[in-house]
Amino acid sequence: MNAPLNLAELRPGFFEPVRDSQSVFRALLTATAQPGTQVELGKALTPPVGLNQTAAAVLLTLADQDTLVWLEPSLRGGAVESWLRFHTSCPLTERAEEAAFAVVSDTALAPQPLSAFNQGDAKYPDLATTVLVMVQNLETGGKLVLEGPGIETVAEIAPQGVPDFFWSERAELVAHFQFGIDVMLCAEATLVSIPRTTRIQIKGE
Amino acid sequence: MTATEAYSRPNAAPEDRYYTYAYLDEQTKRMIRRAILKALAIPGYQVPFGSREMPVPYGWGTGGIQLTAAIIGPEDVYKCIDQGADDTTNAVSIRRFFATVADVATTEDTGEATIIQSRHRIPEQPLADGQIMVFQVPQPEPLRGLEPRETETRAMHAYGEYGLQYVSLYENISAYGRIAATAGYPVMIDERYLMSPSPIPKFDNPKMHMNPAILLFGAGREKRIYAVPPFTRVRSLDFEDYPFETQSWDEVCALCGANDSYLDEVVLDDQGQHMFVCSDSHYCADRRAKGHAGPMAGHALAHIETEIAAEEA
Amino acid sequence: MAYVAVKGGERAITNAHAWLGEMRRGDVAVPELSVAQIREQMGLAVDRVMAEGSCYDPDLAALAIKQARGDLPEAIFLLRAYRTTLPRFGASTPIETADMAVQRRVSAAFKDIPGGQVLGPTFDYTHRLLDFKLAADGGHEVPPAQVSEEVMPTQLATIAQVFAHEGLLEGDPVTDTSAQPYDLTREPMAFPADRDQRLQALARGDEGFLLSLAYSSQRGWGSTHPLCGEIRMGEVSVGFTPDELGFEIELADLPMTECIMLSGFAGSAEQAPQYTRGYGLTFGHNERKAMSMSIVDRALRGRELGEEGQAPCQDEEFVLYHSDVVEASGFVQHLKLPHYVDFQADLQFLRRLRREFFDAKAKALAEQAEHMKEAAE
Repeated sequence: MNAPLNLAELRPGFFEPVRDSQSVFRALLTATAQPGTQVELGKALTPPVGLNQTAAAVLLTLADQDTLVWLEPSLRGGAVESWLRFHTSCPLTERAEEAAFAVVSDTALAPQPLSAFNQGDAKYPDLATTVLVMVQNLETGGKLVLEGPGIETVAEIAPQGVPDFFWSERAELVAHFQFGIDVMLCAEATLVSIPRTTRIQIKGE
Repeated sequence: MTATEAYSRPNAAPEDRYYTYAYLDEQTKRMIRRAILKALAIPGYQVPFGSREMPVPYGWGTGGIQLTAAIIGPEDVYKCIDQGADDTTNAVSIRRFFATVADVATTEDTGEATIIQSRHRIPEQPLADGQIMVFQVPQPEPLRGLEPRETETRAMHAYGEYGLQYVSLYENISAYGRIAATAGYPVMIDERYLMSPSPIPKFDNPKMHMNPAILLFGAGREKRIYAVPPFTRVRSLDFEDYPFETQSWDEVCALCGANDSYLDEVVLDDQGQHMFVCSDSHYCADRRAKGHAGPMAGHALAHIETEIAAEEA
Repeated sequence: MAYVAVKGGERAITNAHAWLGEMRRGDVAVPELSVAQIREQMGLAVDRVMAEGSCYDPDLAALAIKQARGDLPEAIFLLRAYRTTLPRFGASTPIETADMAVQRRVSAAFKDIPGGQVLGPTFDYTHRLLDFKLAADGGHEVPPAQVSEEVMPTQLATIAQVFAHEGLLEGDPVTDTSAQPYDLTREPMAFPADRDQRLQALARGDEGFLLSLAYSSQRGWGSTHPLCGEIRMGEVSVGFTPDELGFEIELADLPMTECIMLSGFAGSAEQAPQYTRGYGLTFGHNERKAMSMSIVDRALRGRELGEEGQAPCQDEEFVLYHSDVVEASGFVQHLKLPHYVDFQADLQFLRRLRREFFDAKAKALAEQAEHMKEAAE
């Protein structure tokens, strides 16, 4: 059962929910259709501590009473949870395998193997979890080269703070396409979407 | 209606504000948006979605309308075509709907549009990066004509078992000496999912391969959404000895003289007289404006179109 | 000009709508129908529109009938398209039809059952003779029905209660209220379908389609040997438990028709022979629909009861995918839209096949002539 909401010091959501969620969605559409493309979103948001602007914008846009959201343990029970439940009415789950959306920060990746999330069903691969990974930025980390549908030749990103084992775990999961997880790397105000069809090569620093 | 929703539609007439922006409620839009993102993540796979009753009948573009309603914003420029033409009745009706409920600018110019909704055609002018093409789909399941049961076809897609489709194409060759499919010709997306391109003529199939626009397909009655991201491999099924081929005409467009566009046949009398004109009305008008002329360039048909356009403006 | 017919849409559409408005109104010398008149005097049409429209609102259903010029599938479509724009607050608590304030209740299984047979307002024993008194202008007085001196019991025993002590009829499992019921208005059809999904599809399903399926079953195409256990019609209260309150509030008393159809079951190794049931429920008063629904529901329970059947009424995908009048009507009628691009593609193909056919024929004739000539020489 969900605990009562703590509404004291609740941060605001979208200023104009209809318009704002439409423009955030269009950015997500571009990002997911063209993996590796950096899109800007959520710049006007002031989310609670623990959630960055893009992760907050994605949740406000896509989460609602029909989506189970999994928060990494450090985000549970506090301001992030209250904010999320108040603005989206989404139910929360502690069972990673049933989550429609999962929110993790780069520093918390280790204890949560990606294989714990829903990989989809052979007949319903769309049931797989979308994992929002909050990162520091998309420029100063190890270089990744992306290929696949949505990418004309190759795309490059350099997310700061995502450990290499995350990418090798992901590679194992998506090797069995149509199964796999879809990842959104959420930096402050910029986002990159990496659906399961994207092939990634690690080029390093 | 909340103050926020009204604020988001500053240009709407008071009576139109009764419905929310772009008609659909926000929860429905979120559901469709989630389905679209999954469709892009699994190119060619049909995502089931909770399709709603729309104010137009099933079979008349409810899937395309729901897709457009979920993506459209006031900065968009919207084009809607049916059979390639901007001025067919159903295209006019749908375009008018979005001009009213979404406060968007509309256009007939393919290059100017940010969202192009279509029934049965892909425009002749190549699509560009940043454009979204929304297809209205009557039957999303490419295998449905061969296997009526959803439980069976879903399993075929799950395990990539498309033998039935190849057998059917092969039977065509035995019967007709060639593959008989002329519209809705099945395609393989990124070499994994078999997909129906909707009933576009096979003439349009090659336009999908590695194209820079986002292709979204919506089937309202059948409650499925699927997508082809930009720069994705789209292969029309064929055999080595019977390669895929598109339609071609001996004639050129009677009005603009184009020899590279899909042509419609216009019956002129009951004595077998006919003329061929571009199905893509904007492509044809644009060519004529640039001085191209076909063998019947002065035909009344061209004037009727212009007259109507002037009256509607 | 054939071409113009589908071009120049805007002007054509506006004029067509105006003409349609005139046709709807009919002769202006005749007084216009009010929505209240339709609601009160076309009650069974209103009931059908609400049932298949999945929306209980007699005023809106009556408005839809007026706007649709009496075309009920069109009215159902109007109501559905309106319904889809309404916010959803949640699911009601399960209704209790055993507590129905009964206006009509009959059982064909017993000569009499506790509480009695209550005939109620039914066409059943009317002689279908046109009543020309109704055609006379200015309505005549309707003679009031006589009120019984005997007070109706507040609860009438259900057929299940009648059978309960002997176990002759399969039990009625208590609905698990913790699980959300399947909702076809928000989720697409999925197979195999559970009973909640199936019953919702049937309740929204086209009355004519279900009637024909039920009839086909009676005639042996997947027969369930149905026997009408009970039909009851009357008002049932609908309750809702808002999250923020935590207790149930009563929303309304709605008229409903319920049918329980009995059907034989030979039993299995684990289970003694007993009667099984098919279930039908509809808004308002509609026995044809409730009875058809209960027969089709029972026929579709084949998988669960280990019956092997290939008849149309036993085929879940066939029945559920084709029962919705809004979907069916839309798709059949979409053939009115222009298809000339596809037709052109087809036409080109057909012309090519015909050319090849005649070329081959001419060639064969020529060869034959050559052969004859050679033979003659």
